[in-house]
Amino acid sequence: MIDDTDRALINALQGGFPLSEQPFAEIAEAHDLSEEEVIARLKAMLDNRVLSRFGPMYDAERLGGGLALAALEVPEERFEEVTEIVNGFDEVAHNYERAHKLNMWFVLATETPDGVQQAIERIEAATGLHVYNMPKEKEYFLELKLCA
Amino acid sequence: MKNDQFECALIDLLGNGIPLTPAPYQDIADQLGVSEDVVRHKIDCWLDDGTISRFGAVVRHHELGYQANAMVVWDTPDEAVEAAGQALTALPFVTLCYVRERRLPDWPYNLFCMIHGKDRETVLGQVEEATKAADLSDYQRDILFSVRRFKQRGAAYRAPLREAAE
Repeated sequence: MIDDTDRALINALQGGFPLSEQPFAEIAEAHDLSEEEVIARLKAMLDNRVLSRFGPMYDAERLGGGLALAALEVPEERFEEVTEIVNGFDEVAHNYERAHKLNMWFVLATETPDGVQQAIERIEAATGLHVYNMPKEKEYFLELKLCA
Repeated sequence: MKNDQFECALIDLLGNGIPLTPAPYQDIADQLGVSEDVVRHKIDCWLDDGTISRFGAVVRHHELGYQANAMVVWDTPDEAVEAAGQALTALPFVTLCYVRERRLPDWPYNLFCMIHGKDRETVLGQVEEATKAADLSDYQRDILFSVRRFKQRGAAYRAPLREAAE
């Protein structure tokens, strides 16, 4: 679905997008492409969902928001139902099924720090399950870079 | 437009993505009624102070062939966790690393890292490598592979409205 040129663009652009007046032209020159082609390739990768976004990754807490990782132990027979409930919350940014007793893991991103606790209480009320909130004590900064 | 209103509007607009146009900052500036320099300077400040942690392409791991995604957790003594965390971050395949509160008795683990790999076998090998590199062999460990991904959106951060409310 993506070719070597796309891969090179992804590898180069997972951070550090230029703040120049014509950033796509700058990228194009570095990759020996035309500006139109760089834009077209990025647009295609967004359309094909190879890229989820092209823009900033904000630090929710610095924006005054709340962020939390939480888990549920969902009974097997209720898994689909609970998935639907949890995914229905706007505050849920990511949700994964994982192979463990705690089998549903999701990230809450809220507008205010208090919003995390409120969302947890609402999810507990909606599902009847205990939400394990795993607040972070320390984050080691890493560039999330995956080689395409 | 007042400065805090400008910041909120810029956060919202940028959150939708950088316009895929030849002069994206000029286009944003036009929408907000400010100069292009103001837009670029503000983004630069946010990159400096960490409000924006990365600026560019956000990939979907799965679509890039990173089929295996494991959350690896250890019950690490509090006095050893800092050195272990530092050692994990030095490994190229570790994509995220956190210290989190334990949830005893159900959840004894306090050190979390994410490993994204092409397949399960590779990731299991990387978990062993990480365990050795961070000197974590003596501690209880668990590996939680993802089974299904239900939702992956960029968190729709909204601008802090309380500042804009006037």
